[in-house]
Amino acid sequence: MIWRRRSEAEREPVPAERDPDKHPVLSNLAAIGKISTDVLVIGGGGAGCSAALHIAERGVRVTLLERGLVGSQASGVNYGGVRQQGRHPAELPIARRSRELWGRLREITGSDCEFVPSGHLKLARNAEEEAELVAYADVARQYDLPLRLIGRNAVHAEFPFLGPAVVAGSFAADDGHANPRLLAPALARAARKAGAAIVEHAEVVRLARDSDGFIAETANGLEVRAKSLVNTAGYWGGAIAEQFGEKVPIQVLAPNMIVTEPLPYVVKVNLGVVGGNVYLRQIARGNVIFGGGHGEADPVALRARPLPAITLEALPLAAEIVPMLRDALVIRSWTGMDGQMPDHIPVIGPSRTTPGLFHAFGFSGHGFQLGPAIGAILGELVLDGRSGTPIEAFDIGRFTLGKPP
Amino acid sequence: MPTDALCTANPHAAADLPPVIVGAGPAGVRAAEALLAAGLAPILIDEGAAAGGRIYQRQPPGFTRDAATLHGTEAGKATALHTAFDAIAARIDWRPGTLVWAVRPGELHLHRDGRAETLPFRDLILATGAMDRLIPLPGWTLPGVFSLGGAQIALKTQAVAIGRQVAFVGTGPLLWLLAHQYRKAGGGIAAVIDTTPSATKRRQILGLLTQPGMLARGLSYMLGLRRAGVRIVEGAMPEAILGEGRVQGLRWRDARGRVQESVCDAVAMGWHLRPEAQLAELAGVPFRFNPRQRNWEPDKDPTGRTAVPGVYLAGDGAGIEGADAAEIAGARAALSLLQDRGRAVDAGLLAALDRRAGAMLAFRHALDAAFPFPHALAAGIADDVMVCRCEAITAGELRAAVDPGGAMEINRAKAFSRLGMGRCQGRVCAPAAAEIIAARLGAPVEAVGRLRAQAPVKPLPAAARSTP
Ligand SMILES: Cc1cc2nc3c(=O)[nH]c(=O)nc-3n(C[C@H](O)[C@H](O)[C@H](O)COP(=O)(O)OP(=O)(O)OC[C@H]3O[C@@H](n4cnc5c(N)ncnc54)[C@H](O)[C@@H]3O)c2cc1C
Ligand SMILES: Cc1cc2nc3c(=O)[nH]c(=O)nc-3n(C[C@H](O)[C@H](O)[C@H](O)COP(=O)(O)OP(=O)(O)OC[C@H]3O[C@@H](n4cnc5c(N)ncnc54)[C@H](O)[C@@H]3O)c2cc1C
Repeated sequence: MIWRRRSEAEREPVPAERDPDKHPVLSNLAAIGKISTDVLVIGGGGAGCSAALHIAERGVRVTLLERGLVGSQASGVNYGGVRQQGRHPAELPIARRSRELWGRLREITGSDCEFVPSGHLKLARNAEEEAELVAYADVARQYDLPLRLIGRNAVHAEFPFLGPAVVAGSFAADDGHANPRLLAPALARAARKAGAAIVEHAEVVRLARDSDGFIAETANGLEVRAKSLVNTAGYWGGAIAEQFGEKVPIQVLAPNMIVTEPLPYVVKVNLGVVGGNVYLRQIARGNVIFGGGHGEADPVALRARPLPAITLEALPLAAEIVPMLRDALVIRSWTGMDGQMPDHIPVIGPSRTTPGLFHAFGFSGHGFQLGPAIGAILGELVLDGRSGTPIEAFDIGRFTLGKPP
Repeated sequence: MPTDALCTANPHAAADLPPVIVGAGPAGVRAAEALLAAGLAPILIDEGAAAGGRIYQRQPPGFTRDAATLHGTEAGKATALHTAFDAIAARIDWRPGTLVWAVRPGELHLHRDGRAETLPFRDLILATGAMDRLIPLPGWTLPGVFSLGGAQIALKTQAVAIGRQVAFVGTGPLLWLLAHQYRKAGGGIAAVIDTTPSATKRRQILGLLTQPGMLARGLSYMLGLRRAGVRIVEGAMPEAILGEGRVQGLRWRDARGRVQESVCDAVAMGWHLRPEAQLAELAGVPFRFNPRQRNWEPDKDPTGRTAVPGVYLAGDGAGIEGADAAEIAGARAALSLLQDRGRAVDAGLLAALDRRAGAMLAFRHALDAAFPFPHALAAGIADDVMVCRCEAITAGELRAAVDPGGAMEINRAKAFSRLGMGRCQGRVCAPAAAEIIAARLGAPVEAVGRLRAQAPVKPLPAAARSTP
């Protein structure tokens, strides 16, 4: 059971002296090429790095293997929305828990990852969309997510940068945005400090299970034995689950992202719209980051590209809600790869085939906010056998056991 | 050579579409000419208003200086290229003022005057040229500091000098050429400071003699400047551009370590050029590190072919070889394209082009060695100097981003520090930043990689709308 191995030439060059095998922390590991540990985490996105941190903090030996650099996939290149508003109700308890961790990130990791609790304003551009805002406010109330509905006149008075197309808004004061490039590296640093081994440039290419537990082999010849296995491999988590007889209908999702040159800093909230065809935030430096539509991705070649035609479609949508964007210059577009499940919510929980295996992948385009709590939940699942946060809705069995459990 | 399917599977690979050339400099014009001569009228695109490229840039309408004044010793070549272009302009699909802002397999994305357009292609010749390579110095963001190329464009197209007393600093033929051009135009020169010692240049004399005409021209510029009493310093390192609110002087350290100052009101600086290769990258062409020039360049073979079928490269955009070599490479790439389309090409012409290109290579290698990039100067930029102008990131902030537990290559250093995330997307600061990172890590500069490009390759107005 082997993933496609990439040739040497396709890999990012690694400076010889920074070669992970020669990393001081791991020098003995390089010498023997084998380690045994309690918990092995595959995938160093927000979810995996947070899991390594939470497990290490409990004094348990944990090794995380990451194919590239931590946060080099979805967790490092996403839009940066830290949003609870608009989530599937089943996700709200996790999102609430994660929001609490976001508020303490500096204490937990030494970096606030530029998290700004700016509030998230979701906009309606017609009566139908406004009705959706009202309906969601009822859902949110049941999950203690405070939302404030704002009518047409008030929304323009409070947020004068909005264009006339906006007819109403729903404001989640608790939400915000952060710098995605910082989260996974900050969590990984904290995890290392707590005693976790975080090994980069270590792509797991072979996985097996015997009576002692799991054995993982990396493309560069490392062998890791562990009693428990955590699958936080993002889109590629689907392939790992399949190794253990749990094939899920996962697809690659590549949101198309755009950033402008700095503009006057006026959009001080994270903006979304009903339907999600455009979303937009501004950082204090002035750059406006926005997304809408999807790019293209080849998860085997590990390449994702924004699509110029989609970029051109997003421009008028963004200018419609924030007209000052009409005079902006776009300086970059990009995308990344997340795993998308058919029901748009992730797989989280124990494997249904393999004791000791736990999944958390397929966050369907909105797992950046969830990352910190996912790690906490995985830590509980692995070490205590259960989590206080309800996760039944995310059981992998909904795809593998024929019908919902 | 590995490429990936996202970039390279061209849906129009067999379509009957005209070849497309991006860049109407020496390489692009000669490519267009060769294609037209074979009966295949190309589409020729340039973001500039007129053909000619960087070196033979034409004056804006209304400026009427003659070719000799404008191009000096290169007037003959400039006129020849302009004449060649004028002769084909009506018979090709010439699209000036048009930026190619993105490439996908078989698809170019154009922008002109607020209108965005998609242009399908089967074959593409990228002749996108080069830009100045700079080293940030204390004070380099003061008004009055220009790149050598910028100073030259001011002189060539607008007939203005950048100051009354200009200090020229850097290395490479353009440094001397530009000082010569300023002197001829009657501009005041505070000093010419070449970071390369004269002994280094003399050592390459045999290689440089392979193009005796070029060598003679270069020497005559140097001699002319000396005769005119211009202060010339070789093997010196600039330390700082001085001044409050505007340039007032340049401080440098001579070869014997003595600190000196020149009074000036403008500085033109540059250390050779670097390829403008973002379109090649988006087209899926793999890159290689050129250790002689310390530049990354898209990989092509001597015929202009790349690992991506249907994508050809020519001119300085694929490695700095100069304007004469660019003309040859443009014609050569066109012949490769014709051959790949199954057309007969003149074997004699092909052999002649290859011979001339080969002959120029020895000269180019000698030139690279005669004017090396002073990478230690770049690597040693003081912590408080701003490296990335767009995002105001200092060398110290960049070093902090790579310190233990931090970034191990340049894209990650960018992610941590914001270096290269601004308007120019690192086109200006990347060479120096890579040297700073490499020195800090104790790694060879090629090991820290290069900044990845994304569309738009240059800023795109958000008001751009697709043409139906
Ligand atoms: C462009 C974009 C915009 C988004 N915007 C938002 C947003 O605004 N808000 C929000 O909440 N969410 C957003 N998301 C979604 C969010 O980024 C993801 O859901 C989340 O980051 C997923 O985290 P992860 O840890 O599961 O996956 P990843 O971050 O993809 O991490 C998985 C890791 O596993 C590694 N890996 C895979 N296979 C192997 C192997 N065999 N061996 C070793 N390592 C392996 C990968 O290299 C990768 O680093 C966006 C996603 C994208 C792509
Ligand atoms: C500022 C400057 C000054 C120079 N001065 C001299 C000199 O005095 N003497 C000398 O011998 N050499 C000089 N050189 C080097 C010389 O210009 C090159 O060797 C020569 O021009 C290479 O020709 P080329 O056709 O490869 O590229 P260029 O002449 O640079 O032509 C490239 C063309 O491509 C166009 N282009 C690039 N990207 C895009 C895009 N995305 N969309 C549309 N169009 C695009 C540009 O507008 C440009 O017109 C100079 C270079 C520079 C950068």
